[in-house]
Amino acid sequence: MEELIKKLKVEIIEVLNLEEMEPGDIDSDAALFGEGLGLDSIDALELIVLLEKNYGIKIEDPKDGRKIFFSIRTMAEFITENQK
Amino acid sequence: MGRVVVTGMGIITAIGNNVAENFDSLISCKHGVGPISYLETSHKGEIPAAEIKLSNAELAARSGITEPDFYTRTTLFGLIAAQQAFDSGISRYDIKDNKRTALVSSTTVGGMDKTEKYYHDYLESDRYSRFVQTHNCSDSSMKICDHLGLRHTNITISTACSSSLNAIMFGARLIRHGLADRVIAGGTDALSKFTLNGFNTLMILDHEHCRPMDAGRKGLNLGEGAAYIVLESAEEASKHNKEILCELSGYANANDAYHQTASSPDGFGPYLAMKGALDMSGLKADQISYINAHGTGTDNNDLTEGLAIDKIFAPNIPPVSSTKPYTGHTLAAAGVVETIFSILAIKHQLLFPNLNFRQRIEEHNFEPIKNLQEAEINHVVTNSFGFGGNDSSLVLSKY
Amino acid sequence: MEAYIRGIGNISPQNSWDNAVFPGEMVLYEGNRLKCIEPDYKEFIKPIQMRRMSRTLKMGVSAAGRCLRDAGIEAPDAIIVGTGLGMMQDTEKFLNAILDNDEKFLTPTSFIQSTHNTVGAHIAVMLKCNKYNLTYVHENISFEEALLDSLMRIKEDPSEKILLAGIDELTDEYFTITDNAGFWKKDIEGNSELLKHSSSGSIAGEGAIFFVVSGEEHPGNYARFAGVDTFYKPLSDDETESFIREFISSRGLEFQDIDLLITGMNGDNEGDNVYRRIQEKMFPGTPTAYYKHLCGEYYTSSAFASWLGAMIIKTGSYPESIIINGLRPEGAVNNILIYNQTNNTNHALTLLSTC
Repeated sequence: MEELIKKLKVEIIEVLNLEEMEPGDIDSDAALFGEGLGLDSIDALELIVLLEKNYGIKIEDPKDGRKIFFSIRTMAEFITENQK
Repeated sequence: MGRVVVTGMGIITAIGNNVAENFDSLISCKHGVGPISYLETSHKGEIPAAEIKLSNAELAARSGITEPDFYTRTTLFGLIAAQQAFDSGISRYDIKDNKRTALVSSTTVGGMDKTEKYYHDYLESDRYSRFVQTHNCSDSSMKICDHLGLRHTNITISTACSSSLNAIMFGARLIRHGLADRVIAGGTDALSKFTLNGFNTLMILDHEHCRPMDAGRKGLNLGEGAAYIVLESAEEASKHNKEILCELSGYANANDAYHQTASSPDGFGPYLAMKGALDMSGLKADQISYINAHGTGTDNNDLTEGLAIDKIFAPNIPPVSSTKPYTGHTLAAAGVVETIFSILAIKHQLLFPNLNFRQRIEEHNFEPIKNLQEAEINHVVTNSFGFGGNDSSLVLSKY
Repeated sequence: MEAYIRGIGNISPQNSWDNAVFPGEMVLYEGNRLKCIEPDYKEFIKPIQMRRMSRTLKMGVSAAGRCLRDAGIEAPDAIIVGTGLGMMQDTEKFLNAILDNDEKFLTPTSFIQSTHNTVGAHIAVMLKCNKYNLTYVHENISFEEALLDSLMRIKEDPSEKILLAGIDELTDEYFTITDNAGFWKKDIEGNSELLKHSSSGSIAGEGAIFFVVSGEEHPGNYARFAGVDTFYKPLSDDETESFIREFISSRGLEFQDIDLLITGMNGDNEGDNVYRRIQEKMFPGTPTAYYKHLCGEYYTSSAFASWLGAMIIKTGSYPESIIINGLRPEGAVNNILIYNQTNNTNHALTLLSTC
């Protein structure tokens, strides 16, 4: 799990162009959207593609993203549960 | 300020190649959404769209063009619709001096259909370089001017999905400032892989026939088309004894200033656009007989547009419909396509239905028009809202 | 119709950002491509906003911020942008992703930022400006169309303060494409040699130039836009002449009132001959200038010419390198005519006058 969390942080920094951030700057349990990292609905769509491209998991309804992408940890848990 | 009226119109959409055909489809509830057959895309069979059922060669032949390769599909639509508008509002009245006739056109992706075909070639050699400039948004405007013999003011606007309402507005202002006697105003957009995939990444394309203003809506269907209207001052029109189709009695442009794609939660930009257009017309909200909504079928647009309508018109919300289930979302052309539908509503005193409606959106205090119906229609509001928060509305009145 | 220039923000291949310094010293470039000298964007854009922005967008937002500050205005009454090409960097990114991955695994960011109205829209979001917002996209007359809209609005309400822009970016790919298409001179040493080559093509450039314009008098005003008009594919030089004649006379001026003619000469032989014929016939005694050796050729380069003209009127001085016919303006420069055209297709006339 911790390995996956670390990997996700690197991937997120890359796809969302968080140029000035290091993986260590992102708290695994803090909210990614709103008050936390400050991501928005477009970032959520970028993360949906990341899941599909890198982990083979397809999300059909963007509304499901809200729960899955709450934090890095919830994302990692979702991937672990759904990866074939 | 002088009164500006509409004296001509031309249109090509998935439901017809001219005004009469579009009207026939509207009253017989015949829509144009179906499997993609003309656009070359790997999404064929998976995502439906409202295509115009003519190949580029067939479109070119309709405009008497012998070298169709040099014309983008966007331009070919534009030529057909602008020519119809020109014929119905200008040449029919034997007006030959077009020195003071302006073109105000609009498009969102210009000649993207050629660019996506030749892009890698462009980068490698000069083999297809002759098409490079067909990418520009002004390519269609310039070719329309060539076709109609216009050589003065020639404008191209691009404000995403609200583009052609802004073209109409700009045209009206040219007339009011005495900078033109007549303006052909509208827009054109062909379906492209670029827009189809773009909207697909936003996950706002319905994989079935779209359901605007419905609780179960799943997104929009893209369409393609072009439409133009002829604008002039009421004095100029009566000087030539013209048939006046309607008056453009109000218009406004506002910006939602909230997010690049999402509308603000209460639809503040749409509210400002409708309110501004109403204020200019001097009409009260309860004098509006029909609202042709932007109504794309996306979760966000329909919810917020409805809230803005509610804020202005409640408790007497006039009949509302989105005609996008007929034509699909024709992007830059949408505003002028729906302006023409609004003019037809006034002319025939008919309200066009919002196809596929089943269940009211919970937050809305109204249901859209379910069936074709006769009504007294004096004033119509039509809306177009776009990416970048560009929101525009018109008020059209019976003359 | 007229409007005072109240504020300026200019990102160009010259040292124009500072505005206080007039480019007496020309920034020299080798080859056929000029690039903007970019400011420190952090002054105007937060990192979280910056992460998705293309270069065009960063230039646009920063030049807008600089311009509003110069005018002493927080938010304008309208945002009106001219851009010939719009957002090329994001358009190319999305297009390449479609073509390279067979329409799979695409993400939305570059698509939503590829729309032509992105610069105007972003400024509106950043300033929370709900007012009028429009974008004009008509090749080399995009800026003039935005200017025409601005002048109409100011006639409708002289108290409005409008943010008016001309912006186009030259990406590497678009440079390659247009170079393949023969737009640019192959054998030129640099921008200082632009008019010395008798050949086709020009040198490529870019810029993000913003003005705050208003109908109100103000001690900080630079100059006054006193008119703009365009015409398309004139049938002959006679027709071009009559357009120019009418443009000048309808503003209540005579030919000798034009103290400086700024042409869009860009080194392309055929195109430059249009200017030469008009200049010799209509303006034989008028000091005549060009500007595209300073900013390169691009669709909204006439915004750079407007900036140059406004600075000449404001300061009374001009860079020596712009004069092409040996005649120099004597005394105060009161009226400047800017004439720009491409391939004898879209022609534009802009009149700049003292306040």
